[in-house]
Order: sequence, then C-alpha cells, then structure tokens
Amino acid sequence: MPVKVVEDWLNACSGCEISILNIGDPLLDLLPQLEFVHMTALVDHKFFGQVGDKMTMEIPEADVAIVSGGVRNEEHKHELEEIRKKAKFLIALGSCAAYGGIPAQANMWKNEEVFEKVFRHSPSTDPAPDPADPNIPKWTDSCMAVDEVVKADIVIPGCPPHPDWIVEALSALLAGKTSWSLPERSVCDTCPVIREKKAAGGAVKRCFENAEFNPNEGLDKMRCLNEQNILCLGPVTLAGCAGKTGVPRCIQARTPCRGCFGPIRKGAKPMVDMMGALTSVGLDPKTIVDRRAIMNRYIGGHKFLTPLPARPAR
Amino acid sequence: MGKVINIQPVTRIEGHAKVAIHLDDAGNVADTKFHVQTLRGFEKFCEGRPAEEMPRIVCHICGICPWAHHLASSKAGDAVFGVTPPPAAVKLRRLMQNIAYVSDKILHFYFLAAPDFVIGPDADYSVRNVVGIVGAAPDIAKQVVHYRHLGAQMLEHFAGRAIHPTFSLPGGVSKPMNEAERQEMLPQAKELLEFAKFTIKFAKENVFPKYLDAIQKLGVIKVGYLGTVNDEGALDFYDGKLRLMQPDGAFEEFTYEQYTDFIGEHVEPWSYQKFPYAKKWGGFALDLENPKGVYRTNTLARINVADKMKTPLAQAELEEFRAAFGRPAHQTLLYHYARLIELVQCAEEAVQLLEDPEITSPEVRTKIEPREARGVGCVEAPRGTLIHDYETDKDGLIKSVNLIVGTTHNNAAINLSVNQAAKETIKGGNYDQGILNKVEMAVRAYDP
Ligand code: SF4
Ligand code: SF4
Ligand code: SF4
Repeated sequence: MPVKVVEDWLNACSGCEISILNIGDPLLDLLPQLEFVHMTALVDHKFFGQVGDKMTMEIPEADVAIVSGGVRNEEHKHELEEIRKKAKFLIALGSCAAYGGIPAQANMWKNEEVFEKVFRHSPSTDPAPDPADPNIPKWTDSCMAVDEVVKADIVIPGCPPHPDWIVEALSALLAGKTSWSLPERSVCDTCPVIREKKAAGGAVKRCFENAEFNPNEGLDKMRCLNEQNILCLGPVTLAGCAGKTGVPRCIQARTPCRGCFGPIRKGAKPMVDMMGALTSVGLDPKTIVDRRAIMNRYIGGHKFLTPLPARPAR
Repeated sequence: MGKVINIQPVTRIEGHAKVAIHLDDAGNVADTKFHVQTLRGFEKFCEGRPAEEMPRIVCHICGICPWAHHLASSKAGDAVFGVTPPPAAVKLRRLMQNIAYVSDKILHFYFLAAPDFVIGPDADYSVRNVVGIVGAAPDIAKQVVHYRHLGAQMLEHFAGRAIHPTFSLPGGVSKPMNEAERQEMLPQAKELLEFAKFTIKFAKENVFPKYLDAIQKLGVIKVGYLGTVNDEGALDFYDGKLRLMQPDGAFEEFTYEQYTDFIGEHVEPWSYQKFPYAKKWGGFALDLENPKGVYRTNTLARINVADKMKTPLAQAELEEFRAAFGRPAHQTLLYHYARLIELVQCAEEAVQLLEDPEITSPEVRTKIEPREARGVGCVEAPRGTLIHDYETDKDGLIKSVNLIVGTTHNNAAINLSVNQAAKETIKGGNYDQGILNKVEMAVRAYDP
C-alpha cells in the first residue's frame, strides 16, 4: 500500500517543491511508494470539491503531510490547521516553514506599512485602497513558522532544503520511524577552506568585490571568508546545504553563507554566537552593516523580528 | 443570483490562486474572477538592505525562476552602482540564465501542461498529472526527469546554488569559469540541446495536432504584447529594449528607465495581484468584448514582438510557426508551442556561449562603491518581462524598491482568458470537472 501524502505550499515560493523534483533519478523509485492525494503543484485535487460545489474546505486524510512556506494569512492558517487534523505526520519543509524564511523579513514593519508601500507608494501603481474581498484572505499579524500554529513532527530546514534530506526523512518515515533531524553541526564543519583562526582585523567588509582565490584551485586552497573580513554566517548556521557529499553551496560559488539552514540548535542565539566568532578572529562585529536583518535573514518568524519604533527620517 | 463555482486551488500553476465562475439564473456565465490570494511585500522589506545583497534576497520571490530575479536585480545593481560588468561576467550570467530556462521550460511542458494534452483534459484528476505521465509514457518520463535534473546540476556544480543563487552581484559574478569547467559543461549543454530538439519534434508530431481545434477556441483573446529584443530585433532574454506591440502588430520601443511612461498598474479590490496596463492606450478595462490597455507577456508575447529568434534552429521553428499562425498570433494555447521554440533558443545559446573561449576570462567583477542613485534592471523571466527598480542612499542601502514581475503583466489577460474559456465551455448550467479543467487550462497556458 502506498503511503498517502498531502503536499501543500503556504507562503512559499515553489523552490521547496523544485527541490523535491531535484531528487532526480531516485524520484522515480520513490514515487510508486507515495500516493499524492493532494499536491497543488502537480495534482488537480481541489479543496472545495472537484466541481467547486462544497462550502467547506476538504483536506484528504493522509499518512504524511508535507507543508512548505510559512503562514502569512488567515487562509494559510486555516489550511494548515485542517491539514494537521487529517495527517498522522506533518513535515515542515524548508526554512519558510521552519523559521518564517525570507518573507518574515516583513515582520520588521507593521502590516499597514507594507500595504501602504505596495498599493500607494509605487511609481508605476495608480494609488488605491488595500485590496479587501472575501475571496482574498487577510494577513495574519506576522509571518509565522508552521510550528507557531500547529505541531510539526519533522522539520527539514534549508532554503531550499537539500534533496538528500528530503529523501532521507521520507525514507525514515516509510521505514516506520517517527522522527528525523539533521545532526547539530555548523556549516563551517563541512567547509573545506583554509582557516588560520585570525583575520586581517578591523572592519567587516561588504561584498563590493570578490573574495580572493585562485579559480584553478579547489576550495581547500581558499582562505576562509570570515578570515578575509567578508561576513560569513557559517559558524552559526546548521550544516546540511551540502547534502551528503558536497561542499556548502554558497562557498562553492565563493560567496558567503547567509544562514539559510537556520540556527544549529533550537534556542541558539545566532546573533550573540556570531559576535563571538567574529571577535575571536579579530574583527569588529559592530561594523556589520544592516546587522539585524542580515543575522535574521531566514529566521524572522517566532518573534525574532518585530517592528522597530519609528525611525528618524533619513 | 445564480450560483458560484469555486475552483480552488488552481493547480499545476506556481502560486496561490482561485477561479470563481458566477452563473446567472439560466446557468450561463455572468462573470468570472481569477483571484490571486497571496502578497509577500518584498517592495517594503527590502528597504534598508545593502543593494549588493539584493540579488540573493529577491530571488526568493520565485523558486521556479529565481535566476530571472537574481539577474534583473544584479542589473539594477549595476545601474545603481554605475558599473559595467566585464564581458565574461555577462556571458556567464547569460549562460546560467539559459541553462536555468531550459530546466524551467522542460518542467512546465512535461510536468504542468502535458497532463492535459497527453492524458487528456477530461481524464479523471487522479491520473491527469505527472504520475499519470510516468505510467503512460515511462521512457519519456525518465528522460524528462533526467534532463531537467541535469540542467539543475550544471548550475549547482558551477554556481553553488541552482535555486536561489548567489553567483551574480552588482558589477559581475562571484567567480570565473575555468577551462576544465567549460570542457565539462559543453557536452552537457549539447545533451540539453538534443533533448530540446526531441521535445519540439515530439510536440509537433504527437501533441499539438490533436488539439488544433482547442487551440483555435480556448481562451483566445486579442490584446497587445510586451517583450525584449536586441539591436537586431531578435528575442533576447538577458538584455535589450522593451517592445510594446498593439493587437494589430504596430509597436513602440522604450528603455528600462522609461517603463513608468509606458506601463501603469491598476489595483482591483478582489486580487492581491496588480493589473499592469499600457498607459498610452486609453485607460484600463477588463472587458472581454472591449478590453482596454491589456497586453500579455511570456512566451507567445516574446515570439510575437520579436522580428526573429537569435539562434538558427529556433529561427527555423519560428518561421514554421509564423507560416501556420501569423504574427501576432493570438491563440492562448499557442503559449505552449512558443515555449518550446524558446526552449530550443535557450539550449542553442548555452552551447554557443560555452563554445566561446572568452567565457573563461578571469575578469568577472568590476569593483563597486556605494552611492545615491536610481537603477532599473530588466530581463525576460520565463513568465514575462521582469522589472526591478531600486533607489539607494549614499551608503548604498536600499531606499525604495518597485517590482513588476513577469506573471503580473498577464493578470488582466488571464482574467479575460478565463472569462472567455468559461463562456465558451459552460452553457445552461452544464459543466463537469473536465469542463472546469478546460477553464483552468486557459490559466495554465500562461504558466503563472
Ligand atoms: S524555504 Fe526557500 S525555497 Fe522553500 S518556499 Fe521558502 S523561500 Fe522558497
Ligand atoms: S566562515 Fe564561511 S568560509 Fe569560513 S569556514 Fe565557515 S563557512 Fe567556510
Ligand atoms: S552556505 Fe549558508 S546560506 Fe548558503 S546554502 Fe549553505 S546554509 Fe544556506
């Protein structure tokens, strides 16, 4: 008997679903074991009946629900609650579902301020009142992670998560296990660069020019980016983006980590830990530009980001 | 008041949307609406971010076309910092874009659109999907999964991240390509080209001929088109002038910075998505009989506005297409055909770029310095012209952002096509899931 799966995206970008497809050839072996009773991206199951005649949302019973995206509006919330009721296991897929993700950067403002900008302060838009209609759901007070609304049994972080972990977590469930998580290691633990435990000292640099490296040599010949004064969140970010065998993805592009896999463990304080990491190589953490947003780029849910008191006009 | 049919969610598309079909007492279609239900607010929350970080933030707008946002943002960044990226950087950006688009077009055609054509629009929903395709045509399905994945792996191998890349920045790209990497990627790009050739041949022989009747009827509307052409008038995904074509084929051209003179955005209370319209065409009206200001983007629009394709095999395909359907072609389902002509160009251009030894030049980034400025960057995203408009302060931090994304341009047209398709297929209160799926097919053609 194939396992019944509901897959749904909430405040998501589709990247998590593409990551499922990026499982590649093994996907064809996995597919027969799964029956997608709902998957907005690929399957035509409807929430209000196949001919649109039902008055309430009907989510099918499922052994496993996979949800990507955070919760940004009342309908996301309702959908998620219904999915939870019908599913034996719920997987929060990706950093939006796990921590709020990039869209939770909006939590730095009040909702009215966001709508004001989008609908009344855009050079191309004819200013208009905020859209409001029973067919378009209202925003929730903040952009939330899935577990701010319902219990998530398994969290697969990453923006997007690596296909290796999607396969591993699903396989664990198929084998009758009830939990799965990534080991608590940092991105640096999986990074092959040269570390000498000290930087040139002074200010943290923005990415105005490229890192120093020889393009004909591997990453194992490149100096650690933090030690090149380029802010890299590897020390405070959960390892996993490399999958089972690769190197950290941003470092492969010779660009710094921005923390897309989230903190190394629940309850960690990445901001504090990163200040420590920078100080230990002789850099001044106060020189990070836009520090609050950069340190919380993917983790603005869980009240990590909230509106600031009104800022003085620039 | 008659009843309302709610198609929710619209499936095999990329966002959160629903279609509402309002019937009158006789069971005929009185009105339809395509409601886009989500808003994320990037225009606001990018304020204050360092401009050089933008290409790796805004790519998260869409996980299917992150490279389009990544590159439009890099180009807006080039403009705000006032720099020109070195030639090899531009070639690498173009290469990544073409490879990403090959994967995207394969995804859309086989995974999202094909179930309607290969399994059939009236088939039960439980088999009318990619799993059904795997059952019906296992050999093709295997190749599809393989080649889509190959494209993603080429990106990941070289540029680190295939989804939500970090490779391109204002001033250029983060690393050069070495000769070994070029040698590795060239044969892979050639494989993608072979698969592109197979796909369009397969579609022309086995898919499109069966649906000629539907193509002539379903979702057809006569509106304008917007796309990007280079100096020779050829379709260019990365750079050029914007060309805005009227329904009769007459057109005007403008630069990126001039977009606000030509494009306005209207807001309706029942959708979070705005309705861009051509400002100089006498206002905006979502009226099927007499639409005002409505134009389309995405594949069919680009094929219509361009005088020619950039590469020889794609050009031959365009000539065949034009001989059959003319210019501009207005049949909405032809978006699928046009998508495959573009697939061929993307694969051909990827091969051409990799055959050019200059692509391995070590000069790939011009140093940038913060300044107060405004910059507009555009590319053709798979779903249409993508406009990123940034203003920075003297520290190079973002003061203001305006975005018009590919699919948004098509909002009015999707609404009209849904209306047309519903009126065409639902009469006297008769409809079933097959008919409602045909209404959705009018949405899916736009690949929103
Ligand atoms: S976690 Fe990343 S890839 Fe997944 S939905 Fe969010 S932004 Fe997209
Ligand atoms: S700080 Fe960045 S570059 Fe340095 S070891 Fe950690 S992940 Fe690698
Ligand atoms: S290096 Fe950091 S930001 Fe980049 S993919 Fe890995 S965890 Fe995510």
